[in-house]
Amino acid sequence: MLYSKKVMEHFSKPQNVGLIEDADGRGIVGNPVCGDTMEITIKVKDDKIEDIKFRTFGCASAIATSSMTTVMAKGKTLVEGLAMTRDDVANELQGLPSHKMHCSNLAVDALHKAIEDYQKKKNEK
Amino acid sequence: MSEVRRVYMDNSATTPVDPEVKEEMMRFFSEEYGNASQMYSLGQNANVALILARERVASLIGAKSTNEIIFNSGGTEGDNTALKGIVLNRKNEKKHLITSEIEHPAILNTSKYLEKSGIKVTYLPVDEFGLVSLEDLKNAITKETALVSIMHANNEIGTIEPIKEMAEITHDAGAVFHTDAVQTVGKIPVDVEELGVDLLSISSHKLYGPKGVGVLYKKQGTRLEPLMHGGGHEKGFRSGTENISGIVGLGKAAELAEKHLPQEQAKLTKMRDKLIDQFLKVKDTRLNGHRTKRLPHNANISFKYVEGEAMILRLDAQGIYASTGSACSTKKLSASHVLLAIGLRPEIAHGSLRLTLGRWTTDDDIDYTLKVVPEVVKDLREMSAYRKDTEEFVMSLKDEGHDDH
Ligand SMILES: Cc1ncc(COP(=O)(O)O)c(C=O)c1O
Repeated sequence: MLYSKKVMEHFSKPQNVGLIEDADGRGIVGNPVCGDTMEITIKVKDDKIEDIKFRTFGCASAIATSSMTTVMAKGKTLVEGLAMTRDDVANELQGLPSHKMHCSNLAVDALHKAIEDYQKKKNEK
Repeated sequence: MSEVRRVYMDNSATTPVDPEVKEEMMRFFSEEYGNASQMYSLGQNANVALILARERVASLIGAKSTNEIIFNSGGTEGDNTALKGIVLNRKNEKKHLITSEIEHPAILNTSKYLEKSGIKVTYLPVDEFGLVSLEDLKNAITKETALVSIMHANNEIGTIEPIKEMAEITHDAGAVFHTDAVQTVGKIPVDVEELGVDLLSISSHKLYGPKGVGVLYKKQGTRLEPLMHGGGHEKGFRSGTENISGIVGLGKAAELAEKHLPQEQAKLTKMRDKLIDQFLKVKDTRLNGHRTKRLPHNANISFKYVEGEAMILRLDAQGIYASTGSACSTKKLSASHVLLAIGLRPEIAHGSLRLTLGRWTTDDDIDYTLKVVPEVVKDLREMSAYRKDTEEFVMSLKDEGHDDH
């Protein structure tokens, strides 16, 4: 099998799928090369990520990294969320095939954008 | 897990060996293991088996003489031999080769190789259905053209090309015509005389025969340089001790194909049309390829907002084996060259699903597929970030350029 057991688990039963309608922050990123697109919405309370959901257009590894990112980020502080890296997600998933590393592992970028979006909105208030 | 139903919908990738084929082959491993070149009876038994297989293949494709059947290792070798064997043989007189953008890599990569050795290659484009235009061929062909090679039917989208007409144009210009018929032989009637081709490639494993064996049909009198030089087997066009068991299997497969073809073609066409008609009722889908000039066993559909690799793995979990032209399913991460050649945008090529039916596909398999695929599509669409309201954003990403890497 091309993918690790963990990747297949998250691909088959992705966690936190969907959209938070009244989200505090929203981040969307895409890969211009193959069109993979990921969207993350978050709900923030006391500087913590209280709720998080994702929607993804992409391959199995794109779906699994999105799911894993939400699982890892949930309950973290915003600072911890911003500190998360693509490698952290890949490691939690027991690794990704090398040719998938850069194209499908974008969910952390979407998370960072969602946090920045929240912070921007907060500062505008 | 064991109760999961298994539905094989990838018969254009390869087919299972027909049990009758396997049975006929078995004798030629440890009992009739002779070398067909030897005079003694054990060798001659192998030779007789070879002669019968040659007759069966010749009959299936309407070859005038069994001398026109060159056994080899499969479609890739047939394509390589046709291109290199014709073009390099005429290199001093003619330096031009014409093929199409939607050929199998066995043709495309061989063409690229020939380009490196000084051959000029024209890759004809195709229209939105995957058809090569006769006008384009007429415009491209010159006195310099040694060979035109256009596939009989495309392996991804199933489009059947106007081979007879293209062979005529080619001959009028004094060039040789080859067709890669790997996807058509045994699936639709193929008659080399009717088509008017000089060379034609066949692969055994696409018609319920074993892997690693095939045929290059070569019309008598066509000058060809062999790829393999050696002991002079296959009239000198393909040296190497014959793969008797494989050839026997291909012969039997050819016989069965000829026998079953009319019923199978009718049955598969009906099943294919049911699949296509039902899938097109799902929102935001399109058919890839031509509606009627199409292989009887091929359905290729793009489901917008869904990515192919995810679809294939979800289907696998439900026991359905299928394939996709999505970039994500390959190491190169570029979408299928065929889907791009018919003008699909990469993200639509991304959502393509190819289902190819076969001898043992049942009505239940079709119904099961028609139930499962829309569920998988719906599920993946629900979690997709590429949807109507984000379409503009996704398109804006494309504009940053679409480099191959
Ligand atoms: C159109 C076409 N040509 C050539 C080939 C290669 O045939 P083989 O696998 O026998 O080398 C294939 C099979 O993948 C094919 O579909």
